[in-house]
Amino acid sequence: MKEQDKDGLIGSFSRRTFLKSLGTTAVTVAAARTQAVAAELEKANAEKVIGPGAVPVTLRVNGDTLKLMLEPRVTLLDALRNYSSLTGSKEGCDRATCGACTVMVDDVPIYSCQKLAIEMQGKNITTVEGLAKSGTLSNVQQAFVDRDALMCGYCTPGFVMSVTALLRKNPHPTMDDVKHACAGNICRCGTQPRVMEAAMQAAGVLPKTAGLSKTEIIDYGRLAS
Amino acid sequence: MAGWPAETKYIGHSTLRIDAPEKVSGRARYSSDIQAEGWLYGMILRSKWPAAKITGINLDKALAVPGIKAAITVQDGERTVRFYGEELAAVAGMTKQACLDALRAIVVQAKALDFVVNETEGLKSDSAQVWEGSPNASNPKPREKGDVDTAFNECAAVSEGFYHTPVQIHNPMETAGSTISWTDDGITAWVSTQGIFGSRDALASSLKVDQDKVRVLCDFMGGGFGAKFPPILESVLAARLSKETNAPVRLMLTRFDQALAVGNRPSSFQKIKIGATADGMLHAFDLDNYGTGGIGSGGSSAGGGSGVMLAMPYIYEVPNSRVKQAVVNINAGAARAFRAPGHPPTSFGMESAMDDLAAKLGIDPVEFRLKNDPGEIRQREYKAGIERFGWKDKYKKPGSSPGVVKTGIGCAGAAWPAGGANRRTQGEAQINPDGTIEVRLGVQDLGTGTKTVIAVVAAEILGLKPEQISVKVGDTRFPPGPGSGGSTTCASISPTVYDVCSKALEQIQTQTGVADARGANWFDACKKLGVNPLVVHGQWQAGMSSDHACGVQFAEVDVDTETGLVTVKKICCVQDCGLIVNKNTLESQINGGIIMGMGYALYEERVMDDLSGVVLNPNFETYKVSGIADVPDIDILLINMPERGVIGIGEPATVPTAAAIGNAVFNAIGVRVGSLPITPAKVLAALGKVPAPTKS
Repeated sequence: MKEQDKDGLIGSFSRRTFLKSLGTTAVTVAAARTQAVAAELEKANAEKVIGPGAVPVTLRVNGDTLKLMLEPRVTLLDALRNYSSLTGSKEGCDRATCGACTVMVDDVPIYSCQKLAIEMQGKNITTVEGLAKSGTLSNVQQAFVDRDALMCGYCTPGFVMSVTALLRKNPHPTMDDVKHACAGNICRCGTQPRVMEAAMQAAGVLPKTAGLSKTEIIDYGRLAS
Repeated sequence: MAGWPAETKYIGHSTLRIDAPEKVSGRARYSSDIQAEGWLYGMILRSKWPAAKITGINLDKALAVPGIKAAITVQDGERTVRFYGEELAAVAGMTKQACLDALRAIVVQAKALDFVVNETEGLKSDSAQVWEGSPNASNPKPREKGDVDTAFNECAAVSEGFYHTPVQIHNPMETAGSTISWTDDGITAWVSTQGIFGSRDALASSLKVDQDKVRVLCDFMGGGFGAKFPPILESVLAARLSKETNAPVRLMLTRFDQALAVGNRPSSFQKIKIGATADGMLHAFDLDNYGTGGIGSGGSSAGGGSGVMLAMPYIYEVPNSRVKQAVVNINAGAARAFRAPGHPPTSFGMESAMDDLAAKLGIDPVEFRLKNDPGEIRQREYKAGIERFGWKDKYKKPGSSPGVVKTGIGCAGAAWPAGGANRRTQGEAQINPDGTIEVRLGVQDLGTGTKTVIAVVAAEILGLKPEQISVKVGDTRFPPGPGSGGSTTCASISPTVYDVCSKALEQIQTQTGVADARGANWFDACKKLGVNPLVVHGQWQAGMSSDHACGVQFAEVDVDTETGLVTVKKICCVQDCGLIVNKNTLESQINGGIIMGMGYALYEERVMDDLSGVVLNPNFETYKVSGIADVPDIDILLINMPERGVIGIGEPATVPTAAAIGNAVFNAIGVRVGSLPITPAKVLAALGKVPAPTKS
């Protein structure tokens, strides 16, 4: 959010895109607010219009280069799932509410359904497939397996990415940190208690013990009648 | 129980979910991930009218959109649509964006009709009729036992209450839909479905194709909860688009579509009068209830078995009872089976009424249940739960919790009388000379752990490790299994796999002379099979499974009387489930049932706009489900009853949660919030701090 402090708008590339989409009146109002914006607008108008047809887009995903032909309106999620074979990131809502599409861009977790692929050029994108490229599951992935932090598994890649990003930023999180990091991920099967355990296992707070649970089994005959 | 070994290595213990590595690494391919060669996107155009006469649909402009390969109408000629979101047309195109453009280009001529989307309005005789010429409300005869009116006069305490449960939307994380390829050789359909054989038969009959020409596949699926049973209109449309374009078509519903047209849990409006004699025994019960399953049966996407009618007075035996219920049709998407159809609303109504009556009698609610619950297993579960939860230390009279944030506890019981098994379940195993083994069943794993259960049972019987078993499900070319509903899957497949593996051992002995091919002898025995693999067929066996899981739950909540916010601190679940197959996935199932039940209690409700007839919250920013920060401490006590055999658990665990939470809120604040979800607005209204919400 440093950009915001400077001139009241967010991120130079998205600002340009944003201004392009505005009508003249709105732009006039915005421009009156700050000189910097006017200059930005001039620069934007001077640029060649891209699209609406497909244009070459180069993405760096999991260390590999993906060269795609995409309409500028194609989202990063759409590009991954439908223009490449990276279907690990899931589409649960396509409107920034469920988190199944979470990927990391330069270690920051984002909803890939809310970014245009064309905007993500030049960034390091990591999807869930990128965590176990060597074939060995990452600590976080292994903890999800060990703690059964998944059921149908459709939200799981998103949770795995949110927890991974958390641990990269904060290797010693509290349970509240985990809840905060996963607040944007919805699970309908009800895996959340075990996602929390998995995150704490991956952080080294809980032991790496598979199938640990406080659930007790008691024989019916031992119950008082 | 006959057959199941007494000493086990895997059954009853914890085995990690065998497909977890595929799921955590993104390698698992769901129906929505299928990228068949040359595939196209499919999308559905839906009615923007809650009721209308459709007089014409012009697809020309849609077909002219660059990248669009086909556009079809759902039905030719004039037709009537009866809910906002009913399917009108479908398109297939090269990109999602092209399809979106095409949907906007379709011209629909329609004459809007009067509609009703509010249950209470729908009951009125002058309301718009959902189905022309037939009243919206059914009018079945009240079911009466004993002499209810006289019995109420004999009661020492009588409680009257109104309890409401909303329409709940399944919202599995993967929406319904499929990828379908229809060629001259037949139809291959990757369907996100709870019933591969049901889907196959639905496609075959809708498209007039022989059943042997339709193959349905479902290796991984992203949840269902009842929403993904046939009819599968969206798959029928995908198949038609595939035929028209000579290309595979992937048609997955949008999140909006999912909320509108593929099922929901019916609402209930329960007026309950209940009375007990001075010794605290239930004596009289009277229910007047109505609820809606949307347009009901008859629509193209209507499913059966949704449970509008409640089995009252639920788990209790009341000598004098009268039950009057009506199903009200409204202009909304049809209900479908939803995790324990009928039971969560029944449990909420009855168990709320029980606590209201207990308060009038001045009896502890658990004591009141122990007096009146005829279920022998639940009796013991309550007693165990009282100790484990610390009920006696925590219990205070309703409304006596001091301070601004009040604490309360509540309990509720459940039954799942359905369950049982599909007795025609079959399976097979292919055992190769190198000792590898593939077990194949025509079932599907919704995420419950079906594949893992198969591996656990096979490993146990064969003396191998679960990871040595290659499990294949989700293919109609495998021996037929059950649809995943009614919590029947585990009880259907476990005895089946037992039979397959027992027969495999017998046949290996016959063929190789190895008397006991299990464990250490396995590889030597398999080597002696020679060149051809051994394929063994088996089927479900009686006496190894049963039904009727019970279960009780205790809830502890905080209620902030200034903001109205309810926080669930703890749920204690005491659950029987017969022979425990895999504790690890069983516990996850119970967690899931409780968390979904908590959503039902506090957050979830489909909101319809009476004036426009549209669903106002068909997405996750406005349809609230439990998030990770909402999840309470969940404490589970499993009652091991191997003598009953295998019993499914997916549904029973979700039944009593909302009722227990509702009772805990009542215990905290001393007034009843009888309407789910228990929102801050309703809590504050119950406390007299704000006016009551105008709706429900």
